[in-house]
Amino acid sequence: MDTLLLSRIQFAANISFHILFPTITIALGWLLLWFRLRFNRTGDQAYMDAYFFWVKVFALSFAMGVVSGITMSFQFGTNWPGFMESVGNIAGPLLAYEVLTAFFLEAVFLGIMLFGFRRVSGRVHTLATFLVAFGTTMSAFWILVLNSWMHTPQGYEIRDGVAYATDWLAIVFNPSMPYRLVHVLLASGLTVAFLVAGLSALRWLFGDRGRANMLALRSGLTLGAVLIPLQILAGDLHGLNTLEHQPQKVAAMEANWETGPRVPLVLFAIPDEAARENRFEIGIPGGASLILKHDLDGVVPGLNDFVAEDGTVLHPPVTPLFFAFRIMVGVGFAMLFVAWIGSFVIWRRGDINRPLAFVLVPMALSGWVATLAGWYTTEIGRQPWLVSGVLKTADAVTTVPATSVGITLAAYLLVYAALIAAYLSVIVALALKAAKVPQRPPSVKDPGIDPDPAMAFGMGR
Amino acid sequence: MAGFDWALALPYIFAALMGVAILVYVILDGFDLGIGILSPLADEAQKDRMVASIGPFWDANETWLVLAVGLLLVAFPIAHGVILTTLYFPVAVLLIGLILRGVAFEFRAKVSLSAKPSWNVMFFAGSLMSALSQGYMLGLYVLGLDTGWAASGFALLVAVCLAAAYAAIGAAWLIHKTEGELQKRAVTWLRASLGFVALGMAAISLATPLASERIWERWLGFPETLYLAPLPVLTLTLFVWLWRLSARMPLEGDRMNLAPFVSLAGIFCLGFAGLAWSFYPYVVPGRITIVEAASATESLAIILVGTLFVLPVITGYSIWAYRIFGGKAVDLRYD
Repeated sequence: MDTLLLSRIQFAANISFHILFPTITIALGWLLLWFRLRFNRTGDQAYMDAYFFWVKVFALSFAMGVVSGITMSFQFGTNWPGFMESVGNIAGPLLAYEVLTAFFLEAVFLGIMLFGFRRVSGRVHTLATFLVAFGTTMSAFWILVLNSWMHTPQGYEIRDGVAYATDWLAIVFNPSMPYRLVHVLLASGLTVAFLVAGLSALRWLFGDRGRANMLALRSGLTLGAVLIPLQILAGDLHGLNTLEHQPQKVAAMEANWETGPRVPLVLFAIPDEAARENRFEIGIPGGASLILKHDLDGVVPGLNDFVAEDGTVLHPPVTPLFFAFRIMVGVGFAMLFVAWIGSFVIWRRGDINRPLAFVLVPMALSGWVATLAGWYTTEIGRQPWLVSGVLKTADAVTTVPATSVGITLAAYLLVYAALIAAYLSVIVALALKAAKVPQRPPSVKDPGIDPDPAMAFGMGR
Repeated sequence: MAGFDWALALPYIFAALMGVAILVYVILDGFDLGIGILSPLADEAQKDRMVASIGPFWDANETWLVLAVGLLLVAFPIAHGVILTTLYFPVAVLLIGLILRGVAFEFRAKVSLSAKPSWNVMFFAGSLMSALSQGYMLGLYVLGLDTGWAASGFALLVAVCLAAAYAAIGAAWLIHKTEGELQKRAVTWLRASLGFVALGMAAISLATPLASERIWERWLGFPETLYLAPLPVLTLTLFVWLWRLSARMPLEGDRMNLAPFVSLAGIFCLGFAGLAWSFYPYVVPGRITIVEAASATESLAIILVGTLFVLPVITGYSIWAYRIFGGKAVDLRYD
């Protein structure tokens, strides 16, 4: 394998590992704020118990996200020097704003959010929780602006092979940004909804019927049931946006080779990229035209339009896109099914039952599967470009020898695999430990209800 | 300010900002890493207290590294590529070290008692790997990113000395944040590592002018040497003062418990000033200057606006967070 492929695998491994944790912390931050605000309003200790349990999962996820994020900022230089050399004038400021407006905010207030409950007033603790949640979301905003710009660049000009910004508003509000941002934020919400429901269901199976656990379970299911239809709608709109700006990506997702009307929706196939056709195809006639053009006779672009005169393939690889997209959509519909049935059950009975719990526990990681599948779809779908129409992936890669990249790749993979195993076993262990002591004695101090004026400015000890 | 050439000034402003970010990182995460390096010397209860003394801060401290490398990335993209590809392996070691150190914090507090020792090892190993790789990179950088055997040997020496410097500032932080037996031990640790700090600074001071004629001129030419003279004099004074003060620590009533930390931070600043003096105007020593490596003016300008607005705010709320968790460290708890 050459440096290019190894570097791509290394970056993919790194970013795949990384995204698992921000996708949890972005939405979990807001859920924790909600628990905190409900406690402030009602004084119900169960909300604070839910907060204290989930803030531990948050802390762990946050640390995993931070350390893997740092790795990426270095890998731009170690493996992809061409990226910053050619589009650094645009990517640079966006990344700088992420560090300045998001990283410091969340990192500083995280300490107060985690360990400051007894040191600051309830108001300041609530504020810290808000600022951490806000920081994670700002971070998502800036990085998605940059990522979207790489898919649908505008507001720049090329001089001597280097991109220069001409219109920052056009860069920030590039065509795919709003769709991608909404899609990713909803994905984060769903990941957390199912993680919370799943881990709470695990505690339920181990006999935890405490109010804090039931409250988290209900929050997770409700959040999932509300967000999933929104996500399906947002995903559809994002797909239409992609069709407009990156038709070759959609053609590969649908494994559609020929442009034309009444294109079938391929449910299953083995795309054969050498023969440029599908094997074992099962499709719904006219389905793709209907979904993509909302019209049976709508003309849908095919992959054969994206082959140069000399036979050079200008579209992304078909097989990974075709399957990654189907996995994402499949998980999405499973989420819809489970969240709605689950919400119905808990609404009717005020409790869940064993079969539902057994479904919810494995669904705890469904958000991760869908998120990764979605990212693979969109990122592999941009190939062979790193920045659409501006910079090819192959032109940005480092000159470091393949052996060196291979060695570091092996080291990263080893560390990441071990850390994922450790992470999962620790959050399960935390849940089981919490299930054994469902009722915590009420706290002596109740800062949310009776703020001490002297502590309102955070100077209290 | 008519006639002020922003296009010319911006690269230098960013070089200065990056320098500040690196310096703040080295001081702040330096004490975090140092405490990790010292952790095997302490018993279990002391380890918990040591971790508690940095628990609320380490994440924000590490963010200064993200800012520093981010500024290198965004303001000097070409230098970022050259430096990081040359330092490919040390960077990988640094990253894996930072990963292990960062997660070990969280894991050791949450796993069962039987699994805790392995995360203690990770905490130590991660901190040591990060410190050594940073020192190794510093050593290579000082020699102009030369990668021969001699350079590697010198870089290894700097690596050990930087790890010792981090241990020293970590011990100084513990003197400030702890009391009783642990504080007494921290004094011993500080004194044991100070010698290595002096050795490292002496080694870099000797090697830097020898490695480059340009730097030789700048250090020993006249009248440049007069401008430079305050740096070694002040550094030596601080060393001697700290050595004599720490011999008597802890003082009655825990007076001056922050003094070792402040004086070590001062020594770090002086050392950094020496490096800056030597390498200016280069960002890759002897190869690429600050101006040559800089991004487009309009891109730098838009970052500068944000930086000048946000940096004071960041500084403000960071100080606030340190005050909230001020005083002697107590056990960390979520509820």
